[in-house]
Amino acid sequence: MIATDTAPETSAIVARRLTRRFGSLLAVNNVNLSIPAARIYGFLGPNGSGKSTTIRLLCGLLEPSAGTVTVLGFDMPDEADELRQNIGYMTQRFSLYEDLSVAENLQFMARIYGLSRTQAKTKIAANVEQYRLGRLFKQRAGTLSGGQKQRLALASVTLHEPRLLLLDEPTSAVDPQSRRDFWDSLFTLAESGTTILVSTHFMDEAERCHRLAILDAGAVVAEGEPQALANDLKASVLEVSTTNPQQAREVLRQIAWVGSVTQLGNRLRVTVSRTRTDAPTEIQATLSDAGIASETRETRANLEDVFVAATARAQQADA
Amino acid sequence: MSWWTRTIAIMVKEVRQLSRDRITFGMIVGIPLLQITLFGYAINTDVRNIGTGVVDLAGSSLSRMLIADIEQTQVVKFVRAYADLTALSDAIRRGDIKLGIYIPSDIERRSGDPQRNVAQLLVDGSDPTISSIAQRIVNMPLPSRAGSANTSAFASQSAAPTFSVRNYFNPERRSAVQIVPALIGVILTLTMVLFTAVAIVRERERGNFELLVTTPVRTVELMVGKIVPYIAIGMVQVSIVLLVGSLLFNVPIRGQVTDLYLASLLFVMASLGLGLTISTVAQSQFQAMQLTFFVFLPSILLSGFMFPFDGMPQAAQWVGSVLPLTHFIELIRGIMLRGAGVLELTTHVYALVAFFCVAMTIAMLRFVKRLD
Repeated sequence: MIATDTAPETSAIVARRLTRRFGSLLAVNNVNLSIPAARIYGFLGPNGSGKSTTIRLLCGLLEPSAGTVTVLGFDMPDEADELRQNIGYMTQRFSLYEDLSVAENLQFMARIYGLSRTQAKTKIAANVEQYRLGRLFKQRAGTLSGGQKQRLALASVTLHEPRLLLLDEPTSAVDPQSRRDFWDSLFTLAESGTTILVSTHFMDEAERCHRLAILDAGAVVAEGEPQALANDLKASVLEVSTTNPQQAREVLRQIAWVGSVTQLGNRLRVTVSRTRTDAPTEIQATLSDAGIASETRETRANLEDVFVAATARAQQADA
Repeated sequence: MSWWTRTIAIMVKEVRQLSRDRITFGMIVGIPLLQITLFGYAINTDVRNIGTGVVDLAGSSLSRMLIADIEQTQVVKFVRAYADLTALSDAIRRGDIKLGIYIPSDIERRSGDPQRNVAQLLVDGSDPTISSIAQRIVNMPLPSRAGSANTSAFASQSAAPTFSVRNYFNPERRSAVQIVPALIGVILTLTMVLFTAVAIVRERERGNFELLVTTPVRTVELMVGKIVPYIAIGMVQVSIVLLVGSLLFNVPIRGQVTDLYLASLLFVMASLGLGLTISTVAQSQFQAMQLTFFVFLPSILLSGFMFPFDGMPQAAQWVGSVLPLTHFIELIRGIMLRGAGVLELTTHVYALVAFFCVAMTIAMLRFVKRLD
């Protein structure tokens, strides 16, 4: 099932030491990427981590300050014009024409991508069906809801059947149900051979990617399959239940070998170095010394733990 | 053929957006209507150095004294002598000169008769201020009559003016006749430059641009696709002003209508080129508007719309000759009022074509299909 014509092992995007400065700001710092074809690849990172800038560098919207990028075999930014027929780019902000109707926007984009009149008609009909835009066909794009706008945007940038889709935080203005539908659509597209690069700051979305890179302050701080990343975490995760989580949090943060402390209601999620085998007992002892009753058990690491650990490391290196 | 498809796609989109934008759409019709009604009055000012031609058939000392006296007022500047009356009036029609002085061979005999005009003043009535200037020359005393005029106030009052006046192209001296043709240019400058100046900036502001630059659409396609709908709008505006001008103000069209539209087309294209250039410079729609008015004001003041071009200081003339409106006003007054053909006014045609080419080149070079 995996062995199709577009072998997943081939790379759709290869970036070497990719760097971009804006004045004194280093927005993308020495990024190396190898993004497999026909897969969903995620960029996970906080705001300002360089996700958007990297995507813009990859599709020729920005020129790199240093480094090389090859996208679908085209050298960027020199061969950006040739690449454009092969990519679809969805911006963070809705960028179709709000004063045109759904139909008019689709017609416009189809023609801009050079589809013939008959091709355009067939493909628009197919995408209207697939992205459930039939009922909205005559409606102005500006009056659509967030989820509807996003369906229209996806329908528009896939009209020319691009080999690569670049999606910059596509779900930031969308309700949970629309997000689920959207991801179903992405998997359908990937199945048919489209490479998808999607940036997000939602953990649940990052977990659904085939592979992902965690970005922080312009650098890739972790890369791999989500499950593997969680398994490889060089820390174990403890769950501490306590009646006084607020105070416990402060106490635990003072301990040198504790990585991160995250409060979840009355529980604390604590990452500790793996070498510290007796960590649960030590934590309970420390807390009881501080007069806080607690119960500690080991739990499985998730992507958020990876994210917190990876970005915290970078911050320490910063300081 | 995909370049054609894409260019058409941009055009169709522009027209659709325009038809949704009620205020802009209203401006297309509203600006010409409002302006033509508002500017229905004359603007008179003191001027100097009006280009003047002379035909001196007398060649006597009296005729030379008369010419010297007129020149001394500094209102006129003699640029050329012509052989006869036909040559003189042809020069006015071509726009080479604004005033013509015709001195008949019997000037000596005429000067003896206080009831007769001594010479004739030919006036280009297509320019609003020339007529009023002519009035000052008309009543200038003839050198030989001056002495008697000084001794007897009564005699000078009853004497006929030195010149008889022939006001070409606008014998009734109605200001509307002079204003309306030039007003076409003013209206087109305002609307055409503004619309295109905003065109690309707006896409940038609304975020459409970010999507557009990742598509295969090329710079030329985008520019042409954006310009063509506005050329059509410009032609509609020309028609509105012409229609209102002839219905409401009885402004004549003496030249060929095709020449008129050809001149307007060139001017519209030059203005759109300017607008696109502004669009590639401005960072926001507000800046685009400011830049438009930065160009619009000198266009009104230095193009010959308000003050005769020849009468302006040299530096102002240099600035004025760079503005497309200056050349369009020369063209439109020549064609509409003096009945001149486009081929008789080629300098101004070339100027507009050159302006369009330069503006488009700058716009293309400045327009980068990237975000940085």
